[in-house]
Amino acid sequence: MTENMEPSYAGEGIYRENILDHYKHPHNKGIIENADIKFTENNPFCGDVITVTIKLKNHKTDGMKLIDDIKFTGSGCAISQAAASMLTEKIKGKSLKQIKNIQRDNIVNMLGIKIGVVRTKCAMLCLTAIKEGIKKI
Amino acid sequence: MPETRLLDAEKIRKDFPILKRKVNGKPLVYLDNAATTQKPKVVIDALKHYYENYNANIHRSIHQLGEEATAAYELAHKKVSDFINAAFEEVIFTKSTTESLNLVAYSLTSSLKENDEIAISQMEHHSNFVPWQQLALKRKLKLKFIEIDSKGILKEDSIKQNITKKTKIVSVTHVSNVLGTINDIKKIGEIAHENNAMLIVDSAQGIPHIPVNVKNIDCDFLAFSGHKMLGPTGIGALYGKKEMLEKMEPFLYGGEMIREVTFKHTRFNELPWKFEAGTPNIAQAIGLGTAVDYLKKIGMKNVMQHDKKLTEYAFKRLSEIKEVEIYGPESNKRSSLIAFNVEGVHAHDVSAILDSNGIAIRAGHHCAMPLASKLGIAASARASFYVYNTKEEIDKLAEGIFKVVKIFNAK
Ligand SMILES: Cc1ncc(COP(=O)(O)O)c(C=O)c1O
Repeated sequence: MTENMEPSYAGEGIYRENILDHYKHPHNKGIIENADIKFTENNPFCGDVITVTIKLKNHKTDGMKLIDDIKFTGSGCAISQAAASMLTEKIKGKSLKQIKNIQRDNIVNMLGIKIGVVRTKCAMLCLTAIKEGIKKI
Repeated sequence: MPETRLLDAEKIRKDFPILKRKVNGKPLVYLDNAATTQKPKVVIDALKHYYENYNANIHRSIHQLGEEATAAYELAHKKVSDFINAAFEEVIFTKSTTESLNLVAYSLTSSLKENDEIAISQMEHHSNFVPWQQLALKRKLKLKFIEIDSKGILKEDSIKQNITKKTKIVSVTHVSNVLGTINDIKKIGEIAHENNAMLIVDSAQGIPHIPVNVKNIDCDFLAFSGHKMLGPTGIGALYGKKEMLEKMEPFLYGGEMIREVTFKHTRFNELPWKFEAGTPNIAQAIGLGTAVDYLKKIGMKNVMQHDKKLTEYAFKRLSEIKEVEIYGPESNKRSSLIAFNVEGVHAHDVSAILDSNGIAIRAGHHCAMPLASKLGIAASARASFYVYNTKEEIDKLAEGIFKVVKIFNAK
């Protein structure tokens, strides 16, 4: 079985303190006015919506685009909100190219919990919004 | 406290092989019946028996197996039409409620003119919403919405305002799959007919729980799915009044639905086959016939009473939890489901924690996004009940919700 084929069961164990903490006190929640990127993505299976706003800056020497600041708004389950909170924290200062390389496994590792096929969609929502937003520029 | 059991759920449970299984180490508590019900062994056996003993195509193979398959398929038709008090020619087998509603929507709107009106309600499932919305856009028809009040009941004045002489079609749900509201479809039908409009009923959540008599409701069409009433997936039905079906254009063309084909013309088959193009889901149809037999043996009045009692009990238990918000009307005005949210907890998380305790419920927008937005919620959790559920299972649900509250409130 590949990682993607895990059953959707993860149990109460996924509600670790750090996940609940990010859910209750999300980092980078809000909207950046005059953002360079703004993108809204939704999960049609559960109706969750996320909007990410990103401010870019240029790398000092090579002119590469970097994430200067990023915020998100929207509603979602503990997994989607914690993933958004952690991910937005993690990618500040990263280049757009680095972000394109972030995959499902990175998100799962970041969360530090086992999640199945269904919950993966929740965990990936923020990353999808960011990647789609980047494509638009 | 002694209580009168109208239906012996413990005995019924023995007929459902899946109810023996454990989920995450706990006995399965299946409360996602509005999504799909479990199947009794007799239904599973009916499919197996067909494939092992008389698998053949119907209405064309002149050999013993073909004879047997055709007879069994036609018998399933008869069982289903009898079940809702329709004539044999008035029931068309489809794959689901969704297909039934699309069939009727496509076939009927081809006769409508620009600005003709269609009235649906704010509580429709996407399958009784999107087909009308899209056809209205394509054919420049007007789509009207009957509003709900704060309790999730269709407003009487809104029914009257939205069904007028301009209305050609009224299509409403029998029972809301989110609110649980039972609509007074007979009354809506009277208003529709006074205005020369026809009434279409989405009974996906009605027929499994409420005795339905199409002659008494006097609806023009009624759609339902086998899999929500103990039958297999892949089989549903559309009831249509004979005079309506006779006038209506076929939706799918092909084999089975023809009487005679020449290079220039086709004469269509008689009802109901005119609307059943191609090889149908034979095994599933036979399985649905068996499910209908099973429900008849329990008695639909008993099913209704049992579901009602469980729902009332669940409503009481859930209302006792102060973090729980329930959507929809009081328990005496609803059918067998309860959608709710736990304060500060997303429905997915409610569902995931219940799942780790073996309890299966639904979480999401339940395919009614316009309604969810009207209620101002992105998602909700939904517990729905059926013949094999017990009060003990409702207690487990309540305990599970307490656990959710505890996990999320812990500091
Ligand atoms: C009220 C209602 N209408 C229609 C449907 C669609 O049924 P199906 O998916 O079997 O076509 C459902 C199923 O969830 C429903 O609850």
